[in-house]
Amino acid sequence: MKQGTLFKYLLRLGDTALINTQRLSEWTGHGPFLEEDLALTNIALDNLGRANALLNYAGTVEGKGRTEDDLAFHRDERDFYNILLVELPNGDYANTLTKQFLLSAYEEILYRKLSTSADPVLAGIAKKSVKELTYHVRHTSSWLKRFGNGTDESRAKAQTSLNELWRYTGELFEQNDVDAELIQKNIATELHTIKSEWEKVVLEAITECGLEVPSNAFMQRGSREGKHTEHLGFMLAEMQFLPRAYPDAKW
Amino acid sequence: MEKAERDKLIAALSAIPDPEIPVITISDLGVLRDVKFTKEGVEVIITPTYSGCPAMKQIADDIASLLKQAGIAQYKVNMVYDPPWTTDWLSDAAKEKLRVYGIAPPEHSSVDKRTLIGKDKIIACPRCGSEKTKMISQFGSTACKALFQCSDCHEPFDHFKCL
Repeated sequence: MKQGTLFKYLLRLGDTALINTQRLSEWTGHGPFLEEDLALTNIALDNLGRANALLNYAGTVEGKGRTEDDLAFHRDERDFYNILLVELPNGDYANTLTKQFLLSAYEEILYRKLSTSADPVLAGIAKKSVKELTYHVRHTSSWLKRFGNGTDESRAKAQTSLNELWRYTGELFEQNDVDAELIQKNIATELHTIKSEWEKVVLEAITECGLEVPSNAFMQRGSREGKHTEHLGFMLAEMQFLPRAYPDAKW
Repeated sequence: MEKAERDKLIAALSAIPDPEIPVITISDLGVLRDVKFTKEGVEVIITPTYSGCPAMKQIADDIASLLKQAGIAQYKVNMVYDPPWTTDWLSDAAKEKLRVYGIAPPEHSSVDKRTLIGKDKIIACPRCGSEKTKMISQFGSTACKALFQCSDCHEPFDHFKCL
Protein backbone atom coordinates (compact mmCIF):
# COMPACT_ATOMS: atom_id res chain seq x y z
CA MET A 1 0.00 0.00 0.00
CA LYS A 2 1.23 3.46 -0.85
CA GLN A 3 2.58 5.13 2.28
CA GLY A 4 -0.08 7.05 4.10
CA THR A 5 -3.18 6.08 2.13
CA LEU A 6 -4.95 4.43 5.07
CA PHE A 7 -3.65 7.20 7.34
CA LYS A 8 -5.32 9.82 5.15
CA TYR A 9 -8.55 7.87 5.03
CA LEU A 10 -8.62 7.52 8.82
CA LEU A 11 -7.97 11.26 9.20
CA ARG A 12 -10.93 11.99 6.95
CA LEU A 13 -13.23 9.91 9.17
CA GLY A 14 -11.62 10.88 12.48
CA ASP A 15 -11.46 14.62 11.71
CA THR A 16 -15.11 14.66 10.66
CA ALA A 17 -16.11 13.09 13.99
CA LEU A 18 -13.80 15.42 15.94
CA ILE A 19 -14.90 18.69 14.32
CA ASN A 20 -18.55 17.66 14.59
CA THR A 21 -17.98 17.05 18.31
CA GLN A 22 -16.46 20.50 18.76
CA ARG A 23 -19.37 22.21 17.00
CA LEU A 24 -22.05 20.21 18.82
CA SER A 25 -20.40 20.92 22.16
CA GLU A 26 -21.08 24.62 21.63
CA TRP A 27 -24.72 23.76 22.38
CA THR A 28 -23.88 22.43 25.83
CA GLY A 29 -25.85 24.54 28.29
CA HIS A 30 -27.63 26.35 25.44
CA GLY A 31 -30.09 23.69 24.23
CA PRO A 32 -33.74 24.75 23.93
CA PHE A 33 -34.61 22.54 26.92
CA LEU A 34 -32.75 20.22 29.25
CA GLU A 35 -33.47 16.93 27.46
CA GLU A 36 -32.34 18.33 24.13
CA ASP A 37 -29.24 19.72 25.74
CA LEU A 38 -28.48 16.20 26.99
CA ALA A 39 -29.30 14.64 23.64
CA LEU A 40 -26.88 16.85 21.71
CA THR A 41 -24.19 16.38 24.36
CA ASN A 42 -24.66 12.61 24.10
CA ILE A 43 -24.41 12.70 20.32
CA ALA A 44 -21.27 14.82 20.66
CA LEU A 45 -19.85 12.28 23.12
CA ASP A 46 -20.46 9.41 20.68
CA ASN A 47 -18.63 11.43 18.04
CA LEU A 48 -15.77 12.13 20.41
CA GLY A 49 -15.43 8.44 21.21
CA ARG A 50 -15.32 7.61 17.52
CA ALA A 51 -12.81 10.41 16.82
CA ASN A 52 -10.63 9.11 19.64
CA ALA A 53 -10.63 5.56 18.28
CA LEU A 54 -10.04 6.60 14.65
CA LEU A 55 -7.27 9.11 15.38
CA ASN A 56 -5.60 6.70 17.78
CA TYR A 57 -5.56 4.11 15.00
CA ALA A 58 -4.39 6.74 12.48
CA GLY A 59 -1.41 7.44 14.77
CA THR A 60 -0.61 3.72 14.95
CA VAL A 61 -0.88 3.34 11.15
CA GLU A 62 1.36 6.36 10.57
CA GLY A 63 4.00 4.82 12.83
CA LYS A 64 5.66 8.07 13.91
CA GLY A 65 4.54 7.84 17.51
CA ARG A 66 1.82 10.49 17.27
CA THR A 67 -1.10 9.99 19.65
CA GLU A 68 -4.74 10.92 19.06
CA ASP A 69 -4.13 14.11 21.06
CA ASP A 70 -1.10 15.04 18.93
CA LEU A 71 -3.22 14.65 15.82
CA ALA A 72 -6.15 16.61 17.24
CA PHE A 73 -4.22 19.50 18.75
CA HIS A 74 -1.00 19.82 16.79
CA ARG A 75 -2.07 19.93 13.16
CA ASP A 76 -2.98 23.05 11.21
CA GLU A 77 -6.07 23.72 9.16
CA ARG A 78 -4.69 22.48 5.84
CA ASP A 79 -3.82 19.13 7.40
CA PHE A 80 -7.43 18.49 8.44
CA TYR A 81 -9.59 16.36 6.13
CA ASN A 82 -12.99 16.65 7.78
CA ILE A 83 -15.92 17.26 5.43
CA LEU A 84 -16.93 20.93 5.18
CA LEU A 85 -20.45 20.30 6.49
CA VAL A 86 -19.31 19.74 10.08
CA GLU A 87 -17.24 22.93 10.35
CA LEU A 88 -20.12 25.23 9.38
CA PRO A 89 -21.44 27.34 12.27
CA ASN A 90 -24.38 25.88 14.19
CA GLY A 91 -26.91 28.50 13.17
CA ASP A 92 -30.30 28.11 14.82
CA TYR A 93 -31.63 24.86 16.24
CA ALA A 94 -33.32 23.87 12.96
CA ASN A 95 -30.01 24.36 11.17
CA THR A 96 -28.07 22.20 13.64
CA LEU A 97 -30.61 19.38 13.60
CA THR A 98 -31.06 19.44 9.82
CA LYS A 99 -27.29 19.24 9.42
CA GLN A 100 -27.05 16.39 11.92
CA PHE A 101 -29.79 14.54 10.09
CA LEU A 102 -28.08 14.83 6.69
CA LEU A 103 -24.83 13.77 8.31
CA SER A 104 -25.99 10.89 10.50
CA ALA A 105 -28.06 9.38 7.66
CA TYR A 106 -24.81 9.36 5.65
CA GLU A 107 -22.65 8.04 8.46
CA GLU A 108 -25.07 5.28 9.39
CA ILE A 109 -24.81 3.90 5.84
CA LEU A 110 -21.06 4.53 5.57
CA TYR A 111 -20.16 2.81 8.84
CA ARG A 112 -22.53 -0.07 8.15
CA LYS A 113 -20.52 -0.73 4.95
CA LEU A 114 -17.21 -0.25 6.79
CA SER A 115 -18.15 -2.83 9.42
CA THR A 116 -17.23 -5.49 6.83
CA SER A 117 -13.95 -3.74 5.93
CA ALA A 118 -10.93 -5.96 5.29
CA ASP A 119 -9.13 -3.88 7.95
CA PRO A 120 -10.16 -5.51 11.25
CA VAL A 121 -9.54 -2.43 13.45
CA LEU A 122 -11.56 -0.14 11.20
CA ALA A 123 -14.31 -2.78 10.99
CA GLY A 124 -14.42 -3.02 14.80
CA ILE A 125 -14.76 0.74 15.24
CA ALA A 126 -17.42 0.79 12.51
CA LYS A 127 -19.50 -1.97 14.13
CA LYS A 128 -19.48 -0.04 17.38
CA SER A 129 -20.41 3.23 15.64
CA VAL A 130 -23.37 1.83 13.69
CA LYS A 131 -25.19 1.03 16.94
CA GLU A 132 -24.80 4.62 18.12
CA LEU A 133 -25.58 6.18 14.75
CA THR A 134 -28.90 4.35 14.60
CA TYR A 135 -29.97 6.46 17.58
CA HIS A 136 -28.63 9.65 15.97
CA VAL A 137 -30.66 9.08 12.79
CA ARG A 138 -33.75 8.35 14.84
CA HIS A 139 -33.39 11.44 16.97
CA THR A 140 -32.54 13.88 14.18
CA SER A 141 -35.17 12.59 11.76
CA SER A 142 -37.83 12.93 14.45
CA TRP A 143 -36.84 16.60 14.77
CA LEU A 144 -36.98 17.17 11.04
CA LYS A 145 -40.54 15.82 11.18
CA ARG A 146 -41.42 18.22 13.98
CA PHE A 147 -39.96 21.21 12.16
CA GLY A 148 -41.58 20.31 8.84
CA ASN A 149 -45.00 19.53 10.28
CA GLY A 150 -44.88 22.20 12.98
CA THR A 151 -45.58 25.90 12.54
CA ASP A 152 -44.98 28.08 9.48
CA GLU A 153 -41.93 29.46 11.24
CA SER A 154 -40.42 26.07 12.08
CA ARG A 155 -41.01 24.84 8.54
CA ALA A 156 -39.46 27.97 7.04
CA LYS A 157 -36.40 27.60 9.27
CA ALA A 158 -35.93 23.95 8.35
CA GLN A 159 -36.33 24.75 4.64
CA THR A 160 -33.83 27.61 4.80
CA SER A 161 -31.36 25.32 6.57
CA LEU A 162 -31.81 22.59 3.97
CA ASN A 163 -31.26 25.07 1.15
CA GLU A 164 -28.11 26.42 2.79
CA LEU A 165 -26.62 23.05 3.70
CA TRP A 166 -27.44 21.20 0.50
CA ARG A 167 -24.40 22.49 -1.42
CA TYR A 168 -22.12 20.81 1.13
CA THR A 169 -23.56 17.33 0.60
CA GLY A 170 -21.99 16.65 -2.81
CA GLU A 171 -18.61 16.29 -1.18
CA LEU A 172 -19.75 13.39 0.98
CA PHE A 173 -19.64 11.13 -2.06
CA GLU A 174 -16.46 12.42 -3.69
CA GLN A 175 -13.79 9.80 -4.25
CA ASN A 176 -10.10 10.33 -4.92
CA ASP A 177 -7.06 8.07 -5.29
CA VAL A 178 -7.17 7.29 -1.54
CA ASP A 179 -10.60 5.72 -2.02
CA ALA A 180 -9.60 3.98 -5.24
CA GLU A 181 -6.69 2.22 -3.61
CA LEU A 182 -8.55 1.25 -0.45
CA ILE A 183 -11.66 0.07 -2.31
CA GLN A 184 -9.46 -2.26 -4.32
CA LYS A 185 -8.19 -3.73 -1.05
CA ASN A 186 -11.74 -3.99 0.35
CA ILE A 187 -10.81 -1.60 3.16
CA ALA A 188 -12.93 1.36 2.08
CA THR A 189 -16.33 1.38 0.44
CA GLU A 190 -17.69 2.69 -2.85
CA LEU A 191 -19.24 6.09 -2.11
CA HIS A 192 -21.36 6.10 -5.26
CA THR A 193 -23.32 3.13 -3.93
CA ILE A 194 -23.81 4.94 -0.65
CA LYS A 195 -25.11 7.97 -2.51
CA SER A 196 -28.19 6.24 -3.90
CA GLU A 197 -28.97 4.74 -0.47
CA TRP A 198 -28.51 8.11 1.23
CA GLU A 199 -30.69 9.89 -1.33
CA LYS A 200 -33.44 7.35 -0.78
CA VAL A 201 -33.45 7.91 3.01
CA VAL A 202 -33.03 11.68 2.87
CA LEU A 203 -35.37 12.49 0.01
CA GLU A 204 -38.08 10.33 1.57
CA ALA A 205 -37.70 12.05 4.94
CA ILE A 206 -37.71 15.54 3.40
CA THR A 207 -40.84 14.84 1.39
CA GLU A 208 -42.56 13.19 4.36
CA CYS A 209 -41.94 16.32 6.42
CA GLY A 210 -43.61 18.51 3.83
CA LEU A 211 -40.29 20.14 2.92
CA GLU A 212 -38.86 20.64 -0.54
CA VAL A 213 -35.74 18.99 -1.85
CA PRO A 214 -33.33 21.83 -2.77
CA SER A 215 -32.75 22.15 -6.49
CA ASN A 216 -29.39 23.93 -6.49
CA ALA A 217 -26.87 22.01 -8.53
CA PHE A 218 -23.71 23.78 -7.37
CA MET A 219 -21.75 21.72 -4.87
CA GLN A 220 -18.96 23.14 -2.73
CA ARG A 221 -15.88 20.96 -2.40
CA GLY A 222 -12.29 21.08 -1.16
CA SER A 223 -11.89 19.09 2.06
CA ARG A 224 -10.36 16.07 0.31
CA GLU A 225 -7.34 18.31 -0.35
CA GLY A 226 -7.50 19.97 3.04
CA LYS A 227 -9.13 23.13 1.68
CA HIS A 228 -11.68 24.49 4.11
CA THR A 229 -14.19 27.26 4.70
CA GLU A 230 -13.06 30.25 6.75
CA HIS A 231 -14.79 28.77 9.79
CA LEU A 232 -12.37 25.91 10.51
CA GLY A 233 -9.41 28.13 11.40
CA PHE A 234 -11.36 29.93 14.10
CA MET A 235 -12.60 26.63 15.51
CA LEU A 236 -9.11 25.18 15.69
CA ALA A 237 -7.76 28.34 17.31
CA GLU A 238 -10.21 27.82 20.15
CA MET A 239 -9.93 24.03 20.31
CA GLN A 240 -6.14 23.89 20.16
CA PHE A 241 -5.26 26.89 22.29
CA LEU A 242 -4.73 25.18 25.63
CA PRO A 243 -2.52 22.24 24.58
CA ARG A 244 -0.46 24.57 22.39
CA ALA A 245 -0.05 27.34 24.95
CA TYR A 246 0.65 24.88 27.77
CA PRO A 247 2.23 21.84 26.11
CA ASP A 248 2.90 20.14 29.44
CA ALA A 249 -0.64 20.53 30.74
CA LYS A 250 -2.10 17.25 31.96
CA TRP A 251 -5.68 16.45 32.89
CA MET B 1 1.50 -17.63 38.56
CA GLU B 2 -0.35 -20.50 40.25
CA LYS B 3 -3.88 -21.31 39.16
CA ALA B 4 -5.33 -20.45 42.58
CA GLU B 5 -3.60 -17.07 42.45
CA ARG B 6 -4.89 -16.42 38.93
CA ASP B 7 -8.44 -17.28 39.95
CA LYS B 8 -8.18 -14.96 42.92
CA LEU B 9 -6.97 -12.14 40.70
CA ILE B 10 -9.73 -12.68 38.15
CA ALA B 11 -12.30 -12.68 40.96
CA ALA B 12 -10.90 -9.41 42.33
CA LEU B 13 -10.92 -7.78 38.87
CA SER B 14 -14.47 -8.99 38.25
CA ALA B 15 -15.60 -7.40 41.53
CA ILE B 16 -14.50 -3.85 40.54
CA PRO B 17 -17.67 -1.72 40.64
CA ASP B 18 -18.79 0.35 37.68
CA PRO B 19 -17.88 3.99 38.54
CA GLU B 20 -21.22 5.31 37.32
CA ILE B 21 -23.54 2.57 38.62
CA PRO B 22 -21.65 1.15 41.63
CA VAL B 23 -24.26 -1.55 42.38
CA ILE B 24 -23.05 -3.61 39.44
CA THR B 25 -19.52 -4.76 38.68
CA ILE B 26 -17.56 -4.35 35.46
CA SER B 27 -17.97 -8.09 35.00
CA ASP B 28 -21.80 -7.93 35.47
CA LEU B 29 -21.83 -5.17 32.89
CA GLY B 30 -19.77 -7.08 30.34
CA VAL B 31 -17.13 -4.36 30.18
CA LEU B 32 -14.48 -6.79 31.45
CA ARG B 33 -13.92 -9.10 28.49
CA ASP B 34 -10.86 -11.18 29.30
CA VAL B 35 -7.84 -11.59 31.55
CA LYS B 36 -4.79 -13.15 29.91
CA PHE B 37 -1.66 -14.40 31.63
CA THR B 38 1.34 -14.24 29.30
CA LYS B 39 5.11 -14.24 29.60
CA GLU B 40 4.97 -10.44 29.47
CA GLY B 41 2.60 -10.30 32.43
CA VAL B 42 -1.12 -9.77 32.80
CA GLU B 43 -3.29 -8.40 30.01
CA VAL B 44 -6.76 -7.16 30.89
CA ILE B 45 -9.17 -6.59 28.01
CA ILE B 46 -12.10 -4.21 28.36
CA THR B 47 -14.71 -2.86 25.97
CA PRO B 48 -16.71 0.40 26.25
CA THR B 49 -20.49 0.40 26.53
CA TYR B 50 -20.55 3.48 24.27
CA SER B 51 -17.46 4.53 22.33
CA GLY B 52 -17.30 7.87 24.15
CA CYS B 53 -18.04 6.49 27.60
CA PRO B 54 -16.07 8.71 30.00
CA ALA B 55 -16.03 5.98 32.68
CA MET B 56 -13.53 3.90 30.68
CA LYS B 57 -10.55 5.89 31.92
CA GLN B 58 -11.69 5.43 35.50
CA ILE B 59 -12.23 1.70 34.96
CA ALA B 60 -8.76 1.34 33.42
CA ASP B 61 -7.28 3.26 36.39
CA ASP B 62 -9.16 1.06 38.88
CA ILE B 63 -7.84 -2.07 37.17
CA ALA B 64 -4.29 -0.70 37.14
CA SER B 65 -4.34 0.17 40.84
CA LEU B 66 -5.78 -3.25 41.75
CA LEU B 67 -3.03 -4.99 39.79
CA LYS B 68 -0.35 -2.81 41.38
CA GLN B 69 -1.68 -3.58 44.85
CA ALA B 70 -1.60 -7.28 44.00
CA GLY B 71 2.11 -6.84 43.31
CA ILE B 72 1.92 -7.21 39.55
CA ALA B 73 4.38 -4.89 37.86
CA GLN B 74 3.95 -6.07 34.27
CA TYR B 75 0.45 -5.45 33.01
CA LYS B 76 -1.51 -3.93 30.14
CA VAL B 77 -5.08 -2.72 30.00
CA ASN B 78 -6.30 -2.91 26.41
CA MET B 79 -9.55 -1.56 25.04
CA VAL B 80 -11.24 -3.40 22.18
CA TYR B 81 -14.32 -2.45 20.12
CA ASP B 82 -15.10 -5.80 18.57
CA PRO B 83 -17.39 -7.59 19.28
CA PRO B 84 -19.34 -4.42 20.06
CA TRP B 85 -20.81 -4.29 23.54
CA THR B 86 -24.45 -5.29 23.89
CA THR B 87 -26.87 -5.10 26.79
CA ASP B 88 -27.53 -8.82 26.16
CA TRP B 89 -24.32 -9.43 28.12
CA LEU B 90 -25.99 -8.21 31.32
CA SER B 91 -26.99 -11.18 33.45
CA ASP B 92 -30.50 -11.47 34.90
CA ALA B 93 -29.00 -10.91 38.35
CA ALA B 94 -27.34 -7.70 37.14
CA LYS B 95 -30.61 -6.51 35.61
CA GLU B 96 -32.36 -7.08 38.93
CA LYS B 97 -29.65 -5.07 40.72
CA LEU B 98 -30.24 -2.22 38.28
CA ARG B 99 -33.99 -2.29 38.89
CA VAL B 100 -33.56 -2.19 42.67
CA TYR B 101 -31.16 0.73 42.20
CA GLY B 102 -33.92 2.64 40.34
CA ILE B 103 -32.81 2.10 36.76
CA ALA B 104 -35.21 0.22 34.48
CA PRO B 105 -33.08 -2.58 33.02
CA PRO B 106 -32.76 -3.18 29.27
CA GLU B 107 -34.91 -5.72 27.48
CA HIS B 108 -33.30 -8.15 25.08
CA SER B 109 -31.81 -6.20 22.16
CA SER B 110 -34.23 -7.81 19.71
CA VAL B 111 -37.08 -6.09 21.56
CA ASP B 112 -35.58 -2.65 21.05
CA LYS B 113 -35.58 -3.02 17.27
CA ARG B 114 -39.24 -2.06 17.53
CA THR B 115 -38.34 1.40 18.78
CA LEU B 116 -35.94 1.86 15.89
CA ILE B 117 -38.84 1.58 13.49
CA GLY B 118 -40.79 4.05 15.55
CA LYS B 119 -42.89 1.80 17.76
CA ASP B 120 -43.11 2.45 21.46
CA LYS B 121 -42.05 -0.23 23.87
CA ILE B 122 -43.29 -0.87 27.35
CA ILE B 123 -40.82 -0.15 30.12
CA ALA B 124 -42.03 -0.88 33.64
CA CYS B 125 -41.39 1.74 36.32
CA PRO B 126 -38.55 0.45 38.57
CA ARG B 127 -40.21 2.05 41.62
CA CYS B 128 -43.89 1.11 41.48
CA GLY B 129 -43.87 -1.48 38.68
CA SER B 130 -46.51 0.34 36.63
CA GLU B 131 -46.37 -0.22 32.90
CA LYS B 132 -47.93 3.18 32.23
CA THR B 133 -44.71 5.01 31.49
CA LYS B 134 -43.54 7.35 28.76
CA MET B 135 -40.20 8.23 27.27
CA ILE B 136 -39.14 11.82 27.97
CA SER B 137 -35.88 11.67 26.06
CA GLN B 138 -33.98 9.07 24.05
CA PHE B 139 -30.83 10.44 25.67
CA GLY B 140 -30.59 10.46 29.47
CA SER B 141 -28.05 11.30 32.14
CA THR B 142 -25.43 9.16 30.41
CA ALA B 143 -25.08 7.88 26.84
CA CYS B 144 -26.26 4.41 27.86
CA LYS B 145 -29.53 5.58 29.40
CA ALA B 146 -32.82 7.10 28.23
CA LEU B 147 -35.10 9.21 30.40
CA PHE B 148 -38.60 7.96 31.25
CA GLN B 149 -41.43 9.04 33.51
CA CYS B 150 -44.03 6.92 35.27
CA SER B 151 -47.63 8.08 34.71
CA ASP B 152 -48.80 6.44 37.95
CA CYS B 153 -46.25 7.44 40.59
CA HIS B 154 -45.02 10.36 38.43
CA GLU B 155 -41.39 9.63 39.25
CA PRO B 156 -38.86 10.17 36.48
CA PHE B 157 -36.44 7.30 36.00
CA ASP B 158 -33.51 6.19 33.87
CA HIS B 159 -33.87 3.28 31.49
CA PHE B 160 -30.75 1.41 30.43
CA LYS B 161 -31.01 1.52 26.63
CA CYS B 162 -30.80 -1.69 24.68
CA LEU B 163 -27.85 -1.82 22.37
